[in-house]
Amino acid sequence: MRRYVAIWFRHLKTDWMVRRQPELKDVPFVMAAPEHGRMVIRAANTAAQAKGIDVSMVVADCRAILPGLQVFDDKPELTEKALSALAGWCLRYTPVVAVDNLDGLILDVSGCPHLWGGEKPYLKEIITKLRGFGYDVRTAIADTIGTAWAVSRYGKITPMVEHSYQLEAMLPLPPAALRLEAPILERLEKLGLYQIQSFINMPRKALRRRFGQTILTRLDQALGQEYEVINPIQPVEPYQERLPSLEPIRTATGIEIALKQLLEKLTARLNKEEKGLRKCMFKCYRIDGIVQQIEIGTSRPSRNVAHLFKLFELKIVSIAPALGIEVFTLEATIVEDISAQQDALWDFTEGGNGTAIGELLDRIAGKLGADTIHRYLPDEHYWPERSVKAASTLAEKPQTRWRTDLPRPIHLLRNPETIEVTVPMPDYPPMLFRYKGELHNVSKADGPERIEQEWWLNQGLYRDYYCIEDEKGARYWLFREGSYEHGDPKWFIHGFFA
Amino acid sequence: MQTAKQDIIQQLQKEVLSMQRLKKVSGSILNTGLWEVEKAFPDQTFPVGAVHEFISNAKEDAAATNGFMAGLINKLMKKGTAVWVSSKRTLFPPALKIFGIEPERIIFIDLWLQKDVLWAIEEALKCDAVSAVIGELSELSFTESRRLQLAVEQSRVTGFIHRYNPKSENITACVSRWKIKPLASDISGIPGTGFPRWNVQLLKVRNGKPGTWQIEWSAGQFKHVTRQTYSLTEIQKRKAG
Repeated sequence: MRRYVAIWFRHLKTDWMVRRQPELKDVPFVMAAPEHGRMVIRAANTAAQAKGIDVSMVVADCRAILPGLQVFDDKPELTEKALSALAGWCLRYTPVVAVDNLDGLILDVSGCPHLWGGEKPYLKEIITKLRGFGYDVRTAIADTIGTAWAVSRYGKITPMVEHSYQLEAMLPLPPAALRLEAPILERLEKLGLYQIQSFINMPRKALRRRFGQTILTRLDQALGQEYEVINPIQPVEPYQERLPSLEPIRTATGIEIALKQLLEKLTARLNKEEKGLRKCMFKCYRIDGIVQQIEIGTSRPSRNVAHLFKLFELKIVSIAPALGIEVFTLEATIVEDISAQQDALWDFTEGGNGTAIGELLDRIAGKLGADTIHRYLPDEHYWPERSVKAASTLAEKPQTRWRTDLPRPIHLLRNPETIEVTVPMPDYPPMLFRYKGELHNVSKADGPERIEQEWWLNQGLYRDYYCIEDEKGARYWLFREGSYEHGDPKWFIHGFFA
Repeated sequence: MQTAKQDIIQQLQKEVLSMQRLKKVSGSILNTGLWEVEKAFPDQTFPVGAVHEFISNAKEDAAATNGFMAGLINKLMKKGTAVWVSSKRTLFPPALKIFGIEPERIIFIDLWLQKDVLWAIEEALKCDAVSAVIGELSELSFTESRRLQLAVEQSRVTGFIHRYNPKSENITACVSRWKIKPLASDISGIPGTGFPRWNVQLLKVRNGKPGTWQIEWSAGQFKHVTRQTYSLTEIQKRKAG
């Protein structure tokens, strides 16, 4: 069960000002910025709001309402700065804190409140602490980000939404609680839909047609039918191991021992969680303050110490220990689940040897580069150069069959090479041809096989392919570009048959 | 008396073979369809778990060699995976289908440096999950070939080294040396080209008898065309050992 806390700072900017200048506490003041040649209010404190002065009013009008109104220049970068500082402070309550769109914070508090003796004391603690700083906050706790956000902004009953009571909490709230854009809200209001309960039971199709997909997404997110991700200020990096050394380490053997220990620790943890690593970074902190690092990647998730060690081993030479290394860290930057399903996907070897081959390819990719490894699948093109495509993964299977009905040479030249030929008459195979200065007398020939250019990909002349056998028994694949009707066509050699 | 002697000789031959780690592994008898050629090998079986060397000097020969190798690999890999390491590869994967290999089961490793090619071949030969490793390079020194041989002795993978246009045909630790040249195909009476046909020359084979055969690939099988045994001179025989 996930639980989220939404914190709303109602007067973030003005509260921040008051914290810097306590004498402003009970004085009505606003922060304004020029817009179209007028000063428009961007933030107003509680005292100003009590006098009827609010955001997006013009300063001159407000001065008419309240002559003693203090006006400060707006600091646009302030919100972000203050919020990220507050988010950092909130890390004491949960490791996952995210800044929420300019006026609040979202905390993923799953599994945290019991440390404060339950959700109620937990929320109370957060509120009192923040209010103690002088921030006017409202909070709510719920199963989803959407509900927590809505209740913190618009809730009137209780900030605590019980587990799986999102729907009940959302029903009486206004549509604005769904975090919708202004035009949609306006349309809803025009139609007299002032509460979520007045449209939540409408057919989804109708809602989508009138208000777009957003409204459905937001509803699903609030009710927990769609997962919503937050962007934590401190990304979760749990797969990290650290090994300090008593004395600075300077030898390759020492580094290897450290690496092995770290790998064992890390893989033990991965084993427990049924995960494997795809990318791993080994960092060596030298005593002179310089960090040396090596990184490896695997073609499929792995937690095999020997294999991972081998991958690192190829790169250990690049570490310069200089005066010595005091701390080693090993961090798995990308971790994926190892599931039985994935093994099945790889299993084109049928013997279940996929892991060993994957490890072999990792070693090769680690040393020589991943771009050196190719696997080919058939592609639905007649044009010989396009009839194969490189497989993007090792598990990819052919979508179409390999064709065997037409002769294809075992060696194909990357670029066809020009040859000189003697042809008895048009559309006949050559009698003899000269390739690289050597004359070949043709004794047998098959063809032509005409392959047209695929006009949607490339423009040009068609090719007439002939399989040729010369008097020595060597077999070639030749083609003529175009026909004799339009001038003198060129002849090329394109491959060698076995 | 006579039979007892033969028994002893056979026993000793087997021991010699096992010392050379060429002992037949149970269940890995390769049915190549090359009955005549197989007679040339020790124990009358095609040696798997060893490195074979093929030499070609012309582009046409190289294509023929790869074709013949593909036929052998097809028999060898069945449903497995093979690794094809090469520099300047011209092999066209769809053509492998003609020799019974699913082209997507071959993993190609295309490299530039000779040094890298050798390293990759050795790594692949060490991996017992692959069925066959094909290496295309031109130079292979004795020491390098010895390393490859040691790698396969552990893993029992079969290696094929195709040397195109080597500077010298030096001695290597490979179990055999082949030269394949294309032969004119034969389809009497019908115009057009026929099935691939080769002159297969087994120049050297450890503990076996070198020879020359004419072989055709048709209907997914090797076929002997006509049998021609060359009587080798004594000098050549010594070289082959």
